[in-house]
Amino acid sequence: MANKITLNLISGRTIQQGVAIEGGKEKPLYRTAAGIIEMDESDFKKLGAWKSTNVRVTSEYGSVIVKAVETSQGPHPGLGFIPMGPWANSVISDNTYSTGMPTFKGVPVTIEVAMNEPILLGIELVQRQCGVKVG
Amino acid sequence: MTKKITDVICPFCGTLCDDVEVVVSDDGKQLLEVYNACVIGTEKFLHSQAKDRVTRPRLRQDDGSWKEISYDDAVEYSAQMLAKAKKPMLFGWSSTNCEAQSVGNEIAELSRACCDNTAATCHGTTLIAVQDIGLPTCTLGEVKNRADRIIFWGCNPAHAHPRHMSRYSIFPRGFFTGKGQMSRKLIVVDPRVTDTAKMADVHLQVEQGRDYELLDALRVAFKGEWLPDVVAGIPAEKIREAADMMKSGRFGIIFFGMGVTQSLSKNHNIDEAIAVTKDLNEYTKFSIMPMRGHYNVTGSGEVFAWQFGFPFSVDLTRGFARYNPGDTSTIDLLVRGELDAMFTIGSDPGAHFPISAVKPIANMPSVCVDPHLTPTTGVSKLHVPVAFNGVEVGGNCYRMDNVPIDCRKVVEPPEGMLTDEQFLIKVRDRLKQLKGVA
Repeated sequence: MANKITLNLISGRTIQQGVAIEGGKEKPLYRTAAGIIEMDESDFKKLGAWKSTNVRVTSEYGSVIVKAVETSQGPHPGLGFIPMGPWANSVISDNTYSTGMPTFKGVPVTIEVAMNEPILLGIELVQRQCGVKVG
Repeated sequence: MTKKITDVICPFCGTLCDDVEVVVSDDGKQLLEVYNACVIGTEKFLHSQAKDRVTRPRLRQDDGSWKEISYDDAVEYSAQMLAKAKKPMLFGWSSTNCEAQSVGNEIAELSRACCDNTAATCHGTTLIAVQDIGLPTCTLGEVKNRADRIIFWGCNPAHAHPRHMSRYSIFPRGFFTGKGQMSRKLIVVDPRVTDTAKMADVHLQVEQGRDYELLDALRVAFKGEWLPDVVAGIPAEKIREAADMMKSGRFGIIFFGMGVTQSLSKNHNIDEAIAVTKDLNEYTKFSIMPMRGHYNVTGSGEVFAWQFGFPFSVDLTRGFARYNPGDTSTIDLLVRGELDAMFTIGSDPGAHFPISAVKPIANMPSVCVDPHLTPTTGVSKLHVPVAFNGVEVGGNCYRMDNVPIDCRKVVEPPEGMLTDEQFLIKVRDRLKQLKGVA
């Protein structure tokens, strides 16, 4: 079943993300804390996906693989939440509307199951997208 | 014997908790335990002790590997990069002290750079709104002692400022708020049922991005005028309930965060929130305060404003300070491809900028001064590790309410490591030689 749903994406701080950035952004804990999308239970049903499934999040600005988890701060049907970090910033809007501030909240995205695709570590994700040669 | 150091300042968020206690080894070289800090602050202190920490500058080689170099070589690379660049950017500054920020501003003037802080991705739009219509604000001490109406709008302190509620806004027993939480009414406005919202007397679960309409509706409700049945997803009667709750307090405060600064209406949301505060002062005493994120982003704005006249997005390329967000702001400059060198300090644009603004950093001469390994160090040509500010070096910082507080040094950095300020002074002095102004 290749379902695809559309959500309104926002990003922001979680305490787990805060602990992970201070503990080391090169560590897998950062991916566990911020390489996720928090979704409402009803959106899981629409997507036809199990909780904690890898999904591809795509917007007109980019695409990223994250783990879909059930939100602990809901219900918020129709709204997706990726903690602030390189995973969220792979898909958010860079349009600042002449304020200097990108539009980190309120980006339409599509979600589709990507069960066998890996979620990259934070630094690795940015390096790959930027084409940085790593020795 | 270990030593306990009291009244330590936590260098994580803008709350700048000043009651942290740490236990250090007798020789002052190891930090062993942390008390009173939140879980994030504790991690920040303890991570300075990581055994796998990078302690010397590293230059990326052609094959992608790192080569360890001396601080003097790192100073030379940085100064040469800034001297040669036509339009370099000095970005960050929010996780370092005001003394280092001031040296950074000298470097910016010498190299005719653009300089900006992390307000670019947090409260930059707030600063624009404050320039539009001013800011009726107060200190956190006044909130603790007087405020009986607390509004958290588009912010989630339970996660982002974990001790804000226990030190200042909800739970503490102040001079006129002797019953603590019982003295206060809490209103939370957020599109999610956040852990902060779960504590609220009234939660307005606004439709995402419709804060402006809701703020406007509150202004209508204060005056008792007609409202549509539903505004921004909130029934009119609930808006009137919240409006009456705000008006009936003796002292109220609106704390606001990224929910309003980063949504589509951006600075106009803040304009309206400040107008709500102004309206409420017709009935009672009300204040408003941004929930600043990095522990010294406020200080960076203060130092920029004191030395250049503007709080962020400053462009010195013409030899004098210009300020025009959208034109002189980092993300716009990066996306438009106008910069030719990037010097990052005390922040992580690699993780917190849109990826389209990170890609140019990877393709230009770049220096990242940071004690951690981050996505920014991962795309920069030179990584300069430094002592942890607020842990291994003290210095002046500004709390979110613009109160300056001196951070304390509690432990020695690894031998031979420089602080931000020491490194910047060396770069400044070398740059002066290169520019012929020494």
